[in-house]
Amino acid sequence: MSNWDILWDERAQFLSGFLSTLEIFGLSIVGAFVIGCGLLYLLEGSRKRLTMPLRIFIDAMRMLPFLILAYLLYYGLPSIGIRLDAWWSGVGALAVYHGCYFAEIFRGNRLTFPPGQIEAAQAHGFTKGKLFFRLLLPQIIMQTRPLLGNQLIYALKDTAFLVIITVSELTAAANSLSSTYFIPTEAFIVVIGFYWAISVAMEIIIKQCGRFSAKRGFDNV
Amino acid sequence: MSEANTSETAAVSIHHLSKSFDDVEVLRDVELEVKTGEVVTIIGSSGSGKSTLLRCINWLEKPDRGSIHIAGQRIGVHEDGRPMPVRELAKVRAQTGMVFQGFNLWPHLNVLHNVTEAPIHVQGKSKREAEELATALLEKVGMSQKHDSYPNTLSGGQKQRVAIARALAMQPEVMLFDEPTSALDPELVGEVLAVIKDLSAEGYTMVMVTHEMAFARAVSDQVVFLEKGLIIERADPETFFTTPKTDRVRKFLENHDTPSSA
Repeated sequence: MSNWDILWDERAQFLSGFLSTLEIFGLSIVGAFVIGCGLLYLLEGSRKRLTMPLRIFIDAMRMLPFLILAYLLYYGLPSIGIRLDAWWSGVGALAVYHGCYFAEIFRGNRLTFPPGQIEAAQAHGFTKGKLFFRLLLPQIIMQTRPLLGNQLIYALKDTAFLVIITVSELTAAANSLSSTYFIPTEAFIVVIGFYWAISVAMEIIIKQCGRFSAKRGFDNV
Repeated sequence: MSEANTSETAAVSIHHLSKSFDDVEVLRDVELEVKTGEVVTIIGSSGSGKSTLLRCINWLEKPDRGSIHIAGQRIGVHEDGRPMPVRELAKVRAQTGMVFQGFNLWPHLNVLHNVTEAPIHVQGKSKREAEELATALLEKVGMSQKHDSYPNTLSGGQKQRVAIARALAMQPEVMLFDEPTSALDPELVGEVLAVIKDLSAEGYTMVMVTHEMAFARAVSDQVVFLEKGLIIERADPETFFTTPKTDRVRKFLENHDTPSSA
């Protein structure tokens, strides 16, 4: 029986790890996206008293290794009385961490947003909320699409760190199989395939979205 | 709200308006009254404060002193000097329709949705009602074939005509035009001026900053000349263009003596 046959027999473990990774990834990027948009909204036209701490928070997150944030949430929070299981610590850490990156990507684009469009909206009676959600945000998302796609791949790869805080996802499945049967090479090659498959699927989706924005003149593809 | 208004029928009335940027006085004690149905053109060399004056009318610039009423309603601050809350300000602003030099269409929305956006999401009109109105207005500006086009596919003249329809869709008390043809290729100027001329014939109240002298002469009821933030001359167009009172205006008109087709 070859090493590959062993892995085939254990395919159920890979599959459950794969589904778990997909679930963690899906939930955390939705969370990260909402956090990113929320931070951008709060930064928009607010007073310095609010924007300063937010900017510091965003920068602090970006300068922190992801693994340490995951450790902090899982092992650190119980010391102040908040106990999250490994799974939710992982999803939370990913969402907050990449949410800050999303916010920074959005903010970079916001800085070059044409002020005339905002004046036009104000002249037509728009107030902050509607202006943000109907006019600013959709355009910012269309314009930052390639960067967001890139960030999503980072987020996917960061899910692998969660093996260290005992989340049973894809890398954990490979880890456990490789140590049970002593076949690290084959086990890890299989998970690379899974990660690539998710990434490629994501790239295709992001690229398809590009047609939507190209029609509006945001992309020159 | 604001009842203490001297001229109950004026679409716009501006009193003692002053504004400085840093130490430079851009507007000095400006008085201007625009009656309903009237077309007022503001003329002056660049830096004279004419765009600032126009932008004060819908509070895109905050004046330092003075008052502005749109159809009897004070904009920006309450009569007792309290600043106006944003929602209230937005409501008064929606009484004005502004057309910009740089069009400022929303590029992620198609032509129809550019025009229906504010009526639906600011004024709370139903989608059907807003689209009926937009269809009629796009027809009026000659853009009815372009409902589904996105702004990036339009020429400058077409963009400006959509922007005019967008402003009209608010059914404003007054239309404000800030150099509407200055960013256009010369051969596209005519199509935009023709639309504005039609509007004036239909009785729309308009305040316009423009460099098109022949056009100003043809459509205006009142011409105002601004110099260093002061209104130094105001007259009906015939008087203004044929027998200006000041040397400054005479000189200005000599430099603009090429009458363009309007």
